Amino acid sequence: MLPGLTREEILRYSRHLLIPEVGLEGQRKLKGSSALVIGTGGLGSPVALYLAAAGVGRIGLVDYDVVDSSNLQRQVIHGTNGIGKLKVESARDRMLDLNPDIEVEVYNEPFTSENAMRIAKDYDVIIDGTDNFPTRYLTNDVSVFLGKPNIYGSIFRFDGQVSVFYAKEGPCYRCLFPEPPPPGLVPSCAEGGVLGVLPGTIGTLQATEALKVLLGIGDPLIGKLLLYNALDMSFDFVKLKKNPKCRVCGPNADIKELIDYEEFCGVPGHDHEEGSAGTGWDITASELYERVKTNHLKLLDVREPHELEISKLPNAVNIPLGQLAGRLAELDSAEDMVVFCKGGTRSARALELLVSAGFKKVKNLKGGINAWAKDVDMNLPVY
Amino acid sequence: MRERLNMSILKIPTPLRSYTNGQAEVTVNGGTVASAMTSLIEQYPALKPHLFSEGGDLRAFVNLFLGEHNIKDLQGLETPLGESDRLILIPSIAGG
Repeated sequence: MLPGLTREEILRYSRHLLIPEVGLEGQRKLKGSSALVIGTGGLGSPVALYLAAAGVGRIGLVDYDVVDSSNLQRQVIHGTNGIGKLKVESARDRMLDLNPDIEVEVYNEPFTSENAMRIAKDYDVIIDGTDNFPTRYLTNDVSVFLGKPNIYGSIFRFDGQVSVFYAKEGPCYRCLFPEPPPPGLVPSCAEGGVLGVLPGTIGTLQATEALKVLLGIGDPLIGKLLLYNALDMSFDFVKLKKNPKCRVCGPNADIKELIDYEEFCGVPGHDHEEGSAGTGWDITASELYERVKTNHLKLLDVREPHELEISKLPNAVNIPLGQLAGRLAELDSAEDMVVFCKGGTRSARALELLVSAGFKKVKNLKGGINAWAKDVDMNLPVY
Repeated sequence: MRERLNMSILKIPTPLRSYTNGQAEVTVNGGTVASAMTSLIEQYPALKPHLFSEGGDLRAFVNLFLGEHNIKDLQGLETPLGESDRLILIPSIAGG
């Protein structure tokens, strides 16, 4: 039995009721339906706002982060007065302001193999608004195991991808991407940046697909992948087929339960650039400050040249990470050296590369130049 | 017999454009996907480790489409190319 609409709801959803493909019955369907939004960041913001506005009766939000001012360039569900608040609470407040007739359930916890099935089982669709590979594989596998559609969207700089992975009717995420890229090869948005409006475009397309699936109308992107490029303003569609060798949805699938996705991908299940190179290889900003007062140290900055316009350390040599392997001859392995980047992730990769090339006297600046800007030199901006 | 010299267009996603001097599309020569990729690597050698394993296979997370079809669903790297075919490299991206 579909829930009825109140007099107020009929007025609120008037523009939906006028479309024959939605109508009163469709709107009642939306009221009786539910969607789980994983991540309330760039993609999750428009998804959650539009699903709330559209009257999806029950919306779940999963995130464990707090709103930071660097989020607001794209995460439009949050506001300046929400900085420091839990993202799920900030998002819920905005959604209930937009539409007090819906229910918003918040899960202030990371989405992990331990809680994912429990959280996702009572929702009709799952929407992937995560920002890292481990959580994307987890979201896919949960959707396959629960037999639910996974409304996928992903972004980087100017590129976006959208699809509906629904193993009952078509391919899953793993059919297209059986394996994640090796750690460090594909930069995250925290490292590589993203055009703020891009998740708006892609998240809005995800919300569109979610509404179509919930309403059972139109032609959802099952077995199709949309590739968007904002610089070229190009939309390409490609066909996706079920991969007969798929390890979760193929006929001989060998993955029958959730695995350790951080181990599978070799990277952490979050996109915070607070890199560490591991015990013994790190130096903190305060320690570095003490050392440069007394000792000669080579400072190697592995950021991209345009980042030096934001902040730099005096006397540092700049070799972007992507060029380091080909420019090792410019460095002296006998010299004491500290490698740094914005937050410590790229420099940790650089350190691995240097150590494997025989450099022994290298350290990674933990937390990067941002840590230096917070702890040592307050005149430098944090970005 | 000498392989016909077809000219195809290969679309480069933004994560890889730093290795193609910012070029969004590259013209590649070759009668098969394999020879077109060789032509790409000759023009932009820095792309090689991003696309191919040390054994010379296309990396598992790299998806190459000819028109709207995954070359894995065609004849893989041996898929023949026609004049002015369009290849698209699909990157694995995770941002959100």
